[in-house]
Amino acid sequence: MKTFTNALRCDILKMIHNAKSGHPGGALSCVDILAVLYKKILNVPVEWDKDINFDKRDRFILSKGHASTALYTVLAHLGFFPTNMLMSFRMLGSKLQGHPSSRAGLAGIEVSTGSLGQGLSIGIGMALALRLDKNKDSKVFVLMGDGEMQEGSVWEALMNAKNQNLDNLIVIVDKNNLQIDGATCEVKSLEPLDEKLKAFGFEVYSIDGHNYDEIEATLKEAKASNKLCAIIANTIKGKGVSFMENAAGWHGKAPNDEQLAKALEELC
Amino acid sequence: MLAKNIEVKSPRNVYGETLCELGAKNPNIVVLDADLSCSTQTCKFAKQFPERFFNCGIAEQDMMTTAAGLAYGGKTVFASTFAMFATARCLDQIRNTICYSKLNVKIVATHGGITVGEDGASHQALEDISYMRSIPDMRVLVPGDCEEVKQVIEYAANTPGPMYIRIPRTNLKSVFNPETYKFNQTAGVKVKDGDDITIVTNGETLYEVVEAAKKLSEVGIEAEILHYPVVKPFRHIALKQSAKKTGKVVVVENHSIIGGLGSAVCEALCQYYPTKVYRIGTKDTFGQSGEQRQLMEFYGLTDKKIYEKIIEFMDVK
Repeated sequence: MKTFTNALRCDILKMIHNAKSGHPGGALSCVDILAVLYKKILNVPVEWDKDINFDKRDRFILSKGHASTALYTVLAHLGFFPTNMLMSFRMLGSKLQGHPSSRAGLAGIEVSTGSLGQGLSIGIGMALALRLDKNKDSKVFVLMGDGEMQEGSVWEALMNAKNQNLDNLIVIVDKNNLQIDGATCEVKSLEPLDEKLKAFGFEVYSIDGHNYDEIEATLKEAKASNKLCAIIANTIKGKGVSFMENAAGWHGKAPNDEQLAKALEELC
Repeated sequence: MLAKNIEVKSPRNVYGETLCELGAKNPNIVVLDADLSCSTQTCKFAKQFPERFFNCGIAEQDMMTTAAGLAYGGKTVFASTFAMFATARCLDQIRNTICYSKLNVKIVATHGGITVGEDGASHQALEDISYMRSIPDMRVLVPGDCEEVKQVIEYAANTPGPMYIRIPRTNLKSVFNPETYKFNQTAGVKVKDGDDITIVTNGETLYEVVEAAKKLSEVGIEAEILHYPVVKPFRHIALKQSAKKTGKVVVVENHSIIGGLGSAVCEALCQYYPTKVYRIGTKDTFGQSGEQRQLMEFYGLTDKKIYEKIIEFMDVK
């Protein structure tokens, strides 16, 4: 898994470097979770909508759409689309838009995101549709950023998830404690996040978001559970690149040639 | 095409009843509301199909994105609340989630326009058409009487993609004959022929315009009335032909003169047949409390006020 995620991290940085823009910090914080999700947890066909069991797939929503490179690299490395498409990221006419776009028609992309605070409500709608269709094969996973939880609509959605008694929805929070303007606790504190989520009716797990075994075990438990689950994954923004770790400045900045070389050296 | 007998009906009731009829035929239809189901009349659907009705509470942003999720899941989704809260409050959700992904969500907003009445400015959506019209892939519809409300809702249920449909709070007098009128989304509707001036309208001002045109006939002015229930995509052919004939166009709408039907008319005419246009609507202003009829009078939307304005405009060279 470590080899796999290192390869993903290298591509994330190359894509952002090539595009001269993008969001490395939050992609590096959640890429381990995405790797475990797609390799071990989600039932999603690589053939995507050509698969006969397409309707039975699990749904994944990257609510923090700015971490798009993490999702694109996972999907490409697993064969949803060729890895040589990765370098078209953020280019005119590319299916790899700056933020995921279902309109762009890239295999593996369920929904368009980018404007924060909307993925959870989309997930609720999808979970309700699955329930109406009596589809018990599919579960809906929503990955949010912790900073994103400052959006009021997230709390509307958290309230609704419990109100609708959804047992087919799993919320994951990539809690890297940083946002563009600095530390989340200083900009607008979310604490105590676990207690808030419990109070909203969630079964809350708190895990190390870079420990593959812990991520896998918790996601498996949450997927099998008939309770409404939220997983707080404690992560490090910029994880894997020494000079990017825990630095808010790397939220939305591309590495230059020298920085890329240094980062790749650390990862390879 | 036109009604023989004038009936007065609540368009919201018609909306609720039509939803129930459609829901009985199509199990894929789901309905959402944000704690105003009695006002929007989606409560009728809720009662008949409780498992397909979702009350999202006083949380319009959550409602619109939940609607998007249901549409991603293959459902035909109707989401309703007052026009004020169905648009401005959740504009981002409508743009970035519903329209960007071209989802099958029908926003049916009641209480559009100044005629919300006594609740005043905070509840009078005078800019909703403007917001909705500016979003790519959003279709915008403002039906003119209850028969048309019914047909527009049926059309919406059977046509994929995002739509915004505006329904007034007021009861509407019938304009169209239910037996012969057929809603056509591809053209403006010529309600009356005339050579002297073109009046373009939609929604609850349609009836007022029909009445104003009768008064104009009495003084020898024959107005051509074009009803545009589909504000977007705007089909300009009927308008262009009429403008060529009359050379003068007046637009009447229960909306701000900025960004609504008046703007759509001006945008089309300046490109295809430059013509002098006079727009009647609220003039870059907030509304206020008052009785429905008083407010229509105050903002120049009654038959009498429309008549007076047109008489003035006829003399403008």
